Amino acid sequence: MSIPVDITKTHVVHQWKYDAPLIACRFAPDGLQVAASSEDNTVQLWKVPGGEKQVLKGHDSWVHALCYTQDGQQLVSGGCDGRLIWWSAKAETPAEIRRVDAHAGWIRAIAISPDGNTLASVGNDRLLKLWSVATGELLGQMEGHERHIYSVLFHPDGSKLVSGDLLGKIHIWNVAERKLERTIDATPLYEPNKGQAAEYGGVRTLALSLSRGELIAGGTHKATNPFGAVHEPLLLRFGWEDGVLRKTHVCDGVPGGMLWRAQWLEDGTAIGVSGGSTGGILLFFNDTQEKDIHRTMLPSLARDMDVHLGSNSIATIHYDTHLRVSVLNA
Amino acid sequence: MSFAHYACGSKEHGINRRRFLQRTCSTAVAGTAVVGGLGSLTAGKAAEQLKSQDMRVVVFNMHGGLSQLESWDPKPGTRTGGPCRSIPTSVPGIHISDLLPNTAKQMHHLCLLRGVNTAEDDHGKGAYMMLTGRRQSAAADYPQIGAVSAKMLNDESKGLPGHIVVAPSGGGGRGNESAYLGPKYSSVALSGSTPPPHTLRPDGISDQAEVRRHEMRRRINQEFLNRKRTAITDAYTHSYEQALRLMERRDVFDISKEPAADLDRYGKHDFGRQCLMARRLVENGVSFVQVTHSNYDTHNDNFNFHIEQLGEFDQGFSHFVNDIAERGMLDKTLIVVLSEFGRTPNINLYYGRDHWSKAWSIVMAGGKVARGAVYGATNAEGTEVTDGQVDHGALFHTYLQAVGVDSNQSIAVDGRELPIADPAVQPVWKVLT
Repeated sequence: MSIPVDITKTHVVHQWKYDAPLIACRFAPDGLQVAASSEDNTVQLWKVPGGEKQVLKGHDSWVHALCYTQDGQQLVSGGCDGRLIWWSAKAETPAEIRRVDAHAGWIRAIAISPDGNTLASVGNDRLLKLWSVATGELLGQMEGHERHIYSVLFHPDGSKLVSGDLLGKIHIWNVAERKLERTIDATPLYEPNKGQAAEYGGVRTLALSLSRGELIAGGTHKATNPFGAVHEPLLLRFGWEDGVLRKTHVCDGVPGGMLWRAQWLEDGTAIGVSGGSTGGILLFFNDTQEKDIHRTMLPSLARDMDVHLGSNSIATIHYDTHLRVSVLNA
Repeated sequence: MSFAHYACGSKEHGINRRRFLQRTCSTAVAGTAVVGGLGSLTAGKAAEQLKSQDMRVVVFNMHGGLSQLESWDPKPGTRTGGPCRSIPTSVPGIHISDLLPNTAKQMHHLCLLRGVNTAEDDHGKGAYMMLTGRRQSAAADYPQIGAVSAKMLNDESKGLPGHIVVAPSGGGGRGNESAYLGPKYSSVALSGSTPPPHTLRPDGISDQAEVRRHEMRRRINQEFLNRKRTAITDAYTHSYEQALRLMERRDVFDISKEPAADLDRYGKHDFGRQCLMARRLVENGVSFVQVTHSNYDTHNDNFNFHIEQLGEFDQGFSHFVNDIAERGMLDKTLIVVLSEFGRTPNINLYYGRDHWSKAWSIVMAGGKVARGAVYGATNAEGTEVTDGQVDHGALFHTYLQAVGVDSNQSIAVDGRELPIADPAVQPVWKVLT
């Protein structure tokens, strides 16, 4: 039986150091393993709570996308080399199972369907692709994004896919018919900067709560100097059915931050991780306040996060080469 | 004057948006104290011969500091390599970044110089060094490569300015580009897709009225010049005459005259249009064109920004090089891709790279430059030059030698012999054929 959540007591309980700055992380479904990726092109599997690690080599570039299969036995990684690799994550000696050259350019995000059979991947080639989890066979692809796609998730019933791009467009796709159904406007997350002749921002993270009937999309805004890392984290809360913006969550006092990932806790609280010149921060939001209701400073700039609801644990990975595990209670 | 918000907040990053006429006139005010500003070449006959050869220079200025690791000197799989990979090029054994797939197909025309060490990490100072071949000092000011090219190469009988800067939103020339050469050789700034502003005669002015207006202006000018002639008055006079010639040849600056298919090929973005403008200008005999591509000052999110920026650059630049070569102009056209410096091998906590001048790269092509070649090298992580180190002074000499200018000669200005390039250094002879 897990201890009740008290977000005000959130604190780090484990930290393990690697050899290179870390990029992304995901908990295994059982909460006993965390997969992380790093700037040396490797993926590591870290045992929780022991911290023993195994290093997986197979990508020729950084890995931004990680996802465990439903049974937790396999891990799929998507790299900036455009490659998907399946790994036997829970084997005594984890190894590569298969690899697929999936996208032209970077893979930005992947997700596995609720029935465990289909993998969705998105990337810089502006394509959303569907793969058989069992065989790696391409099942189909969808186009419609005009710029790089940063995020993707399956609706809990598996019938829809949701993907977000640089321009702040969130597309909702019918999986069976492979077609675009509607688009939600998240352009507050898009930050073109004419002075620097640069485009910045985008829908960096998405999370859907059926019980709340809400979709959250995160990233950044107020990018007055994107080249100098001056931008603030932003979380948008939409009604899932109507696509209407219900709340714009801002974070005062965080002049340098990007909301790399946002997720839902079981009680309906939204949690996000911000990393930037203001440091690494866990931010908590509810539906009554625009500003965050609580924040927990992390020891170093964070770049990704994953919540394991069963144990009320949060894995975060950091530039200072540490994987940290926090708990949402005393 | 307003300045854009750049990461470094440096004044040098500001883009001056003054229009062409204001620009050409104001440079006179910024000029050094050289009366007349019309220094003459020591070897006049040789100079005329050179001008008749129609040599041209096109500089692509990667504003803010292009990352050598995401372009010309990738280090994939190393601590400093980042997520980008290297790809083979049209020259076996030479690899460049996978962000430049189309440029890779033009490698047989290019020469990579991977051992650049300029030891200057400040934007303004670095840009000055790369464009003048000298360090900035309070004691002297030096002309930029564009001004020197205009003086040495431009055939004024064609009625076109010899020094053109194509920059985003019509911004352009700043500071004292022509120094002791005088404002006559300062740049004319273009937006890249449209002719210079205010170069159409108003409908209400007839041919006869136009002639009378200019006769009156010249007469008044001459009366004034008879009493008081300075560099500033010369600059004003020259600006008006140059504007008149521009009005006559306005079509040269209109890229809508180019085939629609070329616009598609080069890319329907500012940089694509600017590259097409550069092609049109050199085809019409302009001796120097600088195309500015902004912005590469990526202290934050270096890789995403380089994907965006180099995507544009790769499309426009590769077609430009290919077209210049296919049209038989490469022997007479020097192409240079430079920045004020490179970017740090170290990847910072924001996925960014900072300023780095100790080991970076530039590219040259055309003229007398060796084709399909690499000169210089850096170590495995790109932190130091290990072979073929060159600096801004040697590069400046090399640009000039590549278009047939003896960079060791001097220019006589008010009786003083001023070396065109730093006499303490020599060209990189090994990259010249």
